[in-house]
Amino acid sequence: MANVEYRQATCTYPGMSAPAVDALDLVVEDGEFMVLVGPSGSGKSTALRMLAGLEMVSSGEILIGDRVVTGAPPKARDIAMVFQSYALYPHLSVRDNLAFPLKQKGVSEPERTQRVLEAARLLELEPLLDRRPRQLSGGQRQRVAMGRAIVRQPQAFLMDEPLSNLDAKLRVQTRAEIAALQIRLGVTTVYVTHDQVEAMTLGHRVAVLRDGVLQQCDTPRRLYEHPCNVFVAGFVGSPAMNLDRLPFDGTVVRVGEVAVPLPGAAASAARQAGLSEVVLGLRPDALFPVTAGDSNGAIRLSGEVHLVEDTGSDAWVHLDAPAQPAPLRLVARADARHLPLVGDRISVAVRVAEAHVFDPASGVRLGD
Amino acid sequence: MTTLGPMGVEGVAAAARVTSVRRRRHGSTPASVALLVISGIWLFPIYYMLIDAFKPNNDLLHYPPQLWPAQWTLANFQEAFKVNGAGPTVPQPSFLTSLFVSAVVALVVVAFSMAVSLFASLAVARFNFRGRGTMLVALLVAQMVPFASLLIPIFIELNKVGLIFTVPALIIAYVAPVLPFTIWTLRGFVASVPVDIEEAALTDGCSRLSAFWRVIFPLIAPGLVATSIFAFILAWNDYVYAYIILGNSGTVFGQTEETASVWLFGLINPSRVTPWGELFAASLIFTLPVMIFFLIIQRRLAAGLTAGAVKT
Repeated sequence: MANVEYRQATCTYPGMSAPAVDALDLVVEDGEFMVLVGPSGSGKSTALRMLAGLEMVSSGEILIGDRVVTGAPPKARDIAMVFQSYALYPHLSVRDNLAFPLKQKGVSEPERTQRVLEAARLLELEPLLDRRPRQLSGGQRQRVAMGRAIVRQPQAFLMDEPLSNLDAKLRVQTRAEIAALQIRLGVTTVYVTHDQVEAMTLGHRVAVLRDGVLQQCDTPRRLYEHPCNVFVAGFVGSPAMNLDRLPFDGTVVRVGEVAVPLPGAAASAARQAGLSEVVLGLRPDALFPVTAGDSNGAIRLSGEVHLVEDTGSDAWVHLDAPAQPAPLRLVARADARHLPLVGDRISVAVRVAEAHVFDPASGVRLGD
Repeated sequence: MTTLGPMGVEGVAAAARVTSVRRRRHGSTPASVALLVISGIWLFPIYYMLIDAFKPNNDLLHYPPQLWPAQWTLANFQEAFKVNGAGPTVPQPSFLTSLFVSAVVALVVVAFSMAVSLFASLAVARFNFRGRGTMLVALLVAQMVPFASLLIPIFIELNKVGLIFTVPALIIAYVAPVLPFTIWTLRGFVASVPVDIEEAALTDGCSRLSAFWRVIFPLIAPGLVATSIFAFILAWNDYVYAYIILGNSGTVFGQTEETASVWLFGLINPSRVTPWGELFAASLIFTLPVMIFFLIIQRRLAAGLTAGAVKT
């Protein structure tokens, strides 16, 4: 096991002017579970493949442990990779698939057998050892791919969207298994996904990328509560944060007739920057429906419900709040047992302390 | 009102499925009859060659022809292996020698064309390089040129380099038309192996070369078998190229070099009575091994040729 470090690592594909990964600086600590997340084309898979040695590093360095591996071939990096497609060898049995990296490493036959059996036991693959990949279900194939990574006891696990091909139920189950396995083995893991729920539930830290540039690397909680810019704020969290550009008079922002005071530090930063508008970010959890009788002094926004999403445990109410020049589309969290109907006019209270404020030009967070 | 029996709806549906599967498996009767007739037309010459190889010489020209030998003999085989033809300057080779020449030519053609097309197909399927598209078009166009029309240009070229009338010349002449087909076909097989698998092998500790041998090679083996057979059959069966390019001036074991197909034709000589029994026996020996081999692997061959066609 070892730490992994990107130092100004850049990858530009031949014939492309913009780099796929641009001057990435990132340290993954020994034993850490780091998730690279971002939309399609953000460079997360390229960053992982650079670490694996499957993509050329145009400039900068990559280190595994204290060793610079920038120009080293994949086999010299002592890493194990799990692919989205699992990439099992179709002509080999499960047993031979698991033993393959050990054979390449020159591990003796008795030790090979023992390590294959240990991995098979850990992943409950023992009854499947003599089957071919085509005789396995998607979940079983995924476990074999994990087993092939585990068996060689590498310095780091690299996982490229390993759950994408599983159905929703199996994905949740396997996600928990991967988390448990990583804790048990304690191997440094770099995991790529476009699914932010996966990123938030698995990662000790999550690195958010956009257009090849690292936006923020932090714990899931910190990412959620202190997104560094509008992109991260909008990308992390489901449903996404309500982000609206609103007029700012030096103290409050105005949503139609309602004045919403900003958190002190953010208001101060906006004032110092001389902004007449800011981007106000409110998570759906920071908005909650209230009845007319509730008078707890909270700031209220009113609007007409145009969609109600009931997921069973949670419910999300979409409403249009009157504002200039166009109504604001807001999503608020609601009690699933007392849901409004589409067309109802409701009021939602705003937890002002949980508001996020961003510079409309740069998108950077204002305040703390 | 019609009622469903104890089978119920599911039972009826299952029965219908079975009937449908059975019908699909057996096909319709007219189609089966047509297939039988066509098969008969194709198989009859082989059958006739087979039984005539075992008939005594007297029965071969019997009229009406005997469709089942009255007597069986192995004498034709003994004669085929014993008799040397009457070449004008040097002795015409024995049948065994011509078989040896045919086998050497066919196997070297297979080995050489597979070695080249394996790596060429890998290059066109996996790597982007300048002229790749042009090369692919050239491979297609080359396959459209009739084999026979290449004979004279190839003859002239081989003559220029001083190779004409030699076994290497014949091998080169066969490899030239074989390569476009084998490269094109194998390219489909290589392309059908997901890149992820190759990359998994690299991260599992393989070099590029060992990833190729240990992972890609076993996966494209059916394609390799299919294309090898194509190359082998072309070189083994051909008569015209062997007759023109090898000629009869080279020698092997002190006899003229001839492939078996040319040797067989040499038995039909206007200056003497054609030894039909030996001709059939030798023809049987010439064709049977290839036919048996083909029958054994034909299922795999068909699968191989179609498997590479579509990227999965």
